[in-house]
Amino acid sequence: MVRRRLSRWAALGRTVLGRTVLGRALPGRVGRGRVGRGRVSALPVALVLAGMAGLSGLGGCGAGEPAAGDADAREVTVFAAASLTGAFTELGEAFEAAHPGTTVRFNFGSSATLAQQIVQGAPADVFAAASPATMKTVTDATAAGSPTTFARNRLRIAVPPDNPARVDELKDLADPKVKVALCAEQVPCGAAAVKALEAARLKVTPVTLEQDVKATLTKVQLGEVDAALVYETDVIAAAGKVTGIAFPEADLAVNDYPIATLAGAGDAARRFVDLVLSRQGGDVLAEAGFGSREPGREPG
Amino acid sequence: MTLDARLVVTRPAFTLDLALRAERGKVVALLGPNGAGKTTALRALAGLSPLSGGHISLRGRPLHTLPAESRPIGMVFQDYLLFPHLSALDNVAFGPRCQGVSKAESRRVAAELLERVGLAGHAAARPRQLSGGQAQRVALARALAVRPELLLLDEPLAALDAHTRLEVRSRLRRHLAEFDGATVLVTHDPLDAMVLADRLVVIEGGAVVQQGTPGEVARRPRTDYVARLVGLNLYRGAADGGRVDVGGLLVHTSEQFDGPAFVAFAPTAVAIYRSRPDGSPRNLWQATIEGVERHGDNVRVHLDGPVTAFADVTPAAVADLDLTPGQRIWASVKATETHAYPA
Amino acid sequence: MLVVPAVAGLAFLVLPLAGLLIRAPWSTLPARLAEPHVLEALRLSLVSATVATACCLLLGVPLAWLLARVRFPGRRLVRALVTVPLVLPPVVGGVALLLVLGRRGLVGQWLESAFGVTLPFTTAGVVIAEMFVAMPFLVISVEGALRGADQRFEEAAATLGASRWTVFRRVTLPMVMPGVAAGAVLCWARALGEFGATITFAGNFPGTTRTMPLAVYLALETEPEAAIVLSLVLLAVSVVILAALRDRWVSTP
Repeated sequence: MVRRRLSRWAALGRTVLGRTVLGRALPGRVGRGRVGRGRVSALPVALVLAGMAGLSGLGGCGAGEPAAGDADAREVTVFAAASLTGAFTELGEAFEAAHPGTTVRFNFGSSATLAQQIVQGAPADVFAAASPATMKTVTDATAAGSPTTFARNRLRIAVPPDNPARVDELKDLADPKVKVALCAEQVPCGAAAVKALEAARLKVTPVTLEQDVKATLTKVQLGEVDAALVYETDVIAAAGKVTGIAFPEADLAVNDYPIATLAGAGDAARRFVDLVLSRQGGDVLAEAGFGSREPGREPG
Repeated sequence: MTLDARLVVTRPAFTLDLALRAERGKVVALLGPNGAGKTTALRALAGLSPLSGGHISLRGRPLHTLPAESRPIGMVFQDYLLFPHLSALDNVAFGPRCQGVSKAESRRVAAELLERVGLAGHAAARPRQLSGGQAQRVALARALAVRPELLLLDEPLAALDAHTRLEVRSRLRRHLAEFDGATVLVTHDPLDAMVLADRLVVIEGGAVVQQGTPGEVARRPRTDYVARLVGLNLYRGAADGGRVDVGGLLVHTSEQFDGPAFVAFAPTAVAIYRSRPDGSPRNLWQATIEGVERHGDNVRVHLDGPVTAFADVTPAAVADLDLTPGQRIWASVKATETHAYPA
Repeated sequence: MLVVPAVAGLAFLVLPLAGLLIRAPWSTLPARLAEPHVLEALRLSLVSATVATACCLLLGVPLAWLLARVRFPGRRLVRALVTVPLVLPPVVGGVALLLVLGRRGLVGQWLESAFGVTLPFTTAGVVIAEMFVAMPFLVISVEGALRGADQRFEEAAATLGASRWTVFRRVTLPMVMPGVAAGAVLCWARALGEFGATITFAGNFPGTTRTMPLAVYLALETEPEAAIVLSLVLLAVSVVILAALRDRWVSTP
């Protein structure tokens, strides 16, 4: 979580430098180590850039580390929504086993953050987002391939295993005695929660609006809140530590997960997307709790 | 007897064991070289360093069982340690305030004391605005403000330059004379000790080596350190009537007694000759000049031979005799200018 | 010899700020500033950072005194423990706070059953999260000042009849005041920028726990320009306050 936050700020720093201070002297991806090609002669600026590179390296997750050049297709960098962490890590291992010599590097994080990093020139080959809206910011601003929906995620009510507030349906969350955590409206799970609650015509006053779904889930796990709205996949990933409760309004706020290759992606990147869209990919995703990409067809 | 103490402080590689007495209205000076344990003794009296043994009693009451803040003492530190964030007046009023006196009354007492030490006009000054001599007087006023029964002074003049020292010394002497409790003063300067103290206690290596009135100590030094302090040549030997054998030289003296003895004479009593003088004075020996240095208006000649000695001669004599290091000369002292006493 | 790295160092620190200034949407700035949620978050940030600093002074100065002046077994260990929040990722600190002071935490459980008090998701929780992260700055600064201070002044006070408490209050504390002030400023600045422990322990709800850093973070999800505006506000307010305090406290010994 911290690493993610750091890389977020590093990305902002890069944005600001790349866009305004250095203007066109440093086209594109500062993080890829193209500093040498720019017309930057002043030593201090170079030093600062070196420092920034170091900082973003610390931020980690591939966003700022000098990656291999575009021509080298033996490495695929995938930016993916945090909820995909388990499933994509497994798919990445399968991909590497099937394509010896090729490595897949992941940068998991909040979709909105990843989208901004990509727009600001982060070196990604594939983007898998948790909502079509975040994908749209990328496809609008860059020369990405056309996105395909590969998974869907539904909301569930998550409660601690002992369910202290005896929650069993969505309207129980409107009880002022029940402490509820929701995702902030700015992130996809929060937007979905608002949609579901509106559909149910319920007014829920949460005690907190968490910055992402994992943080929301943590509050349930620690028993700090009595209930939260999170994705089904998160409930499955936290098996045993929280109990998931399905509710009918969840179907009105389903989240589609689109995936797309990005500008400059090589064959390996396309093959990775193919794997995600394949039956094998569908199985792994289904195991993690994602619904099928085609409504009505259950994976299996 | 106001103060009666035996101070034992043991540390790795150092032991202080010192009996100390001081009467009301009297000043006792602890005199000794650096590292002799003077300051340790003073800190033990103040309660700032723990005693390993012994006792301290003041007017019959035990003091060593009390923490520093409960002892009826006043202390003047070597560099005064005036609180930098308080004015001179508030520094002096600090003690009374701690004793529970009201703010107004404390300040009144403090103002009075500042006036007594001649600093009424500097009441509002911060310590860093005061000269060394002024700071010393504020420190004294601060120590006196708690109405101590025992006043402790740690090298009270050491931080002053030579000129200020002269004036501050005589002022301090007046203030100490007015103080009705006992005073213990630590110094390594014999002049301070002679001027300020009623009694000297000389300590070396943590133990008392000599004590007495300043006059006694100055006339009859018993260690090389004291002899150097008071500026005398000192030898130890065996007396046999009017002669003392100090090892390699038989010194004829005016005193007559037998047994272990000290012989002392002043450097100015030594006469120097290029060649063996006629008439053969009785205390005559041949020596080598080790060094020549200025000493006040005279020149001090360091002599090596059967005994080592200092001789003070005039600059004219140095020129006439052409005294330079390494030269062989003859030295003599009249018997009437030596002073022998039992060891 | 030293000027080149010094300038590079300065540039490294200042360029990102310059970036914020250059990228700021100046035309819409007044309108964005007037939004009530901005002022709300700013007020909450200032109040909670100030209260946290006051509480840190109350607890941290005596702690620094203990570490600097009292010999006790395990002092080195305690000193190391005090700096733990510095190396601990703030989010981990927030989780740790939840485990102790949360509704099911060791102490929190008892707080709730005995007093009906729960700290997470309250402004008090924000203050606690900020204290946890910021207090080491104060303790380290004050302890350094105490160790640097000449202890013989304290001895002099003792010979004048001052008790330990009087010595501390009237001699030690005034003499280390510049160190205390510097520590308090650092502590306040750290508390003002606190994010990880706050969002983890106290959550994020407008008006009660959403401080400026949290507002910046969330704005960054959807509206980077709003995030820049909020950052600028935080920056401007803290620079003004720090500069004012620095002149008043730190420069005069």
